[in-house]
Amino acid sequence: MDSSQAYGYFLYFVSLMTMGGIYAIMSLGLNIQWGFTGLFNVGIAGFFAIGAYVAALLTTAESAYHLGGFGLPVAVGLIAAMAVTGVISWLVGLLCIRLRSDYLAIATIGIGEIFRLILKNEIWATNGARGISKIPLPFETLAEPWNKICFMLLVLGIVTLLYFMIERARLAPWGRLMTAIRENEHSARAAGKNVERFRIEAFIFGSVLMGLAGGLTAHYMKFIGPGATEPLTTTFLVWVMLIAGGSGNNRGAILGAFLMWAIWSFSEVLTGRLPPELAIKAAYFRIFLIGLLLQVVLQRYAGGILPERRLASVIPDHGTSK
Amino acid sequence: MDFINFYFLPGIVLGSIYALGAIGVSLVFGILRFANFSHGELMLIGAYITYSLLHFTGLHPLAVLPIAMIFTGVVALGIDHVFYRPFRTSKATIVIVASFGVALMARSAVQIIWGVDPVSYSPGQIQKPIVLFDSLRIFSKHIWIVSCAIVLMLTIHVILTYTKTGKAMRAMSDSTELARLTGIETEKIVRATWLLGAALAASAGVFLAWDTHLHTMMGFYMLLPMFAAAILGGIGQPYGAMVGGLVIGLAEELSSYPWIGGEPLLPPAYKGGVAFAVMVMMLIWRPSGLFRGRVF
Repeated sequence: MDSSQAYGYFLYFVSLMTMGGIYAIMSLGLNIQWGFTGLFNVGIAGFFAIGAYVAALLTTAESAYHLGGFGLPVAVGLIAAMAVTGVISWLVGLLCIRLRSDYLAIATIGIGEIFRLILKNEIWATNGARGISKIPLPFETLAEPWNKICFMLLVLGIVTLLYFMIERARLAPWGRLMTAIRENEHSARAAGKNVERFRIEAFIFGSVLMGLAGGLTAHYMKFIGPGATEPLTTTFLVWVMLIAGGSGNNRGAILGAFLMWAIWSFSEVLTGRLPPELAIKAAYFRIFLIGLLLQVVLQRYAGGILPERRLASVIPDHGTSK
Repeated sequence: MDFINFYFLPGIVLGSIYALGAIGVSLVFGILRFANFSHGELMLIGAYITYSLLHFTGLHPLAVLPIAMIFTGVVALGIDHVFYRPFRTSKATIVIVASFGVALMARSAVQIIWGVDPVSYSPGQIQKPIVLFDSLRIFSKHIWIVSCAIVLMLTIHVILTYTKTGKAMRAMSDSTELARLTGIETEKIVRATWLLGAALAASAGVFLAWDTHLHTMMGFYMLLPMFAAAILGGIGQPYGAMVGGLVIGLAEELSSYPWIGGEPLLPPAYKGGVAFAVMVMMLIWRPSGLFRGRVF
């Protein structure tokens, strides 16, 4: 192995850690919604897209092709991405949060679809199918490996920070209340808790993280278009990551994200070496296998790699029996 | 007359297709008690099987439809046995996650076998509409689709009202435990539900593909209107699903009619949002649906 090859592997590792970290943020967000509170969100791609577009529109230089291009700093863009996603998810929550999980799942699919339609059709604001390009990448002025390394460290730093925040929230009364709502909504209500308000809180908290991940992806890719929010690659991968890693367990959510992203990315590299006509089919075969993996985990290892560990749980093996 | 030709009639056709799909969603939701996210993919399988059958036999889509319906039914039984049966006693939410995965597996299987390019049952043929009373324009395939849908719905009505299996299905939809106590073999009823639901889904898929064209995202796009129709009619109420399907189909097509001024009320690109809006309003205003279905 010569040095340029090793350098290539190193860059691949950096990109793996960066995207894995971005998915870990989404996986943590879904863990708050589904793992803690039992909210069934299948519209992850929609919240991801909102965050991505808000960050992109605020930070790009002025452009005739889409709304704005305000040239604001990246940090402002990311905070705005989280704020807008938060407000929209609050509105969605007001409408849908009282619905039982099945209905909430259907409703979030609809919301994701409507976001996609808006992004595709409101060409004056989003440049339609051609998307927004030239999104600034933080640390862009640094030399070649260092800009990528710095961005990776930024993402991993955010993941670490979020982990400690969410873990703290889980151990706090807030987290226990979320578990109570998930396990038995009626008894939580009987104990005098405002179930609707707390469910909306969890929904917003999780969605904001998905928006943040969207913003980070927009900067990392330097481009965002409706194709980037294809429901499959985002929503489904995040679900598989959380379920495989261990729903309800923050460390599991992070581990699942890095692991599944590594598998997803390696298999892409492998199938990329096939002849073109086979490579296209192999791409769908990968999705088939990911689906199958989800089924195996659900049936055989329901708790995931790191099952949930509940505070003061009377049933020690709760995570595996769920 | 434009209103009838370009908005009302397409709405009825689309509505019949949604209704056929929604009956299956409603039956499965009522009897197995979970929202089946892979129902659209059953439509997809039925439509693609028909495509291959047409390719090999050169027959009319309606002639091979029964074979596609049976085939899709068998596929649904297989899926149920492998992926849903282990979760019969678990929380419904786990099965929804599983059905979400099944939907992706089924779609990617179709994409592997048939490819991703849109195809048509009758490429290159342009049908001329039949003109009635000088201005009413109807496509013969639309007459076929609506009449076949009516026949299928009447068949469902007869099965549910007069056969033992149909009665048992309704009993199980009311209460699985009570149905089991009265000696109903619940697993047998579950199989009958899948066969019926999948056969109807296949017919809906074939009609939709015949009316427009065939592409692999079809099932996913149908999911929302079908659920909207099932919820509008009331979960577990097949007759409600029929009405719900028609209402959603009409609402989608009529939403782009220039009701006020010369502009479409809603840009046609946003048609897909109509089903969602109707559904959310219904869930807030009356979650049991028009026909007093179950609320889970």
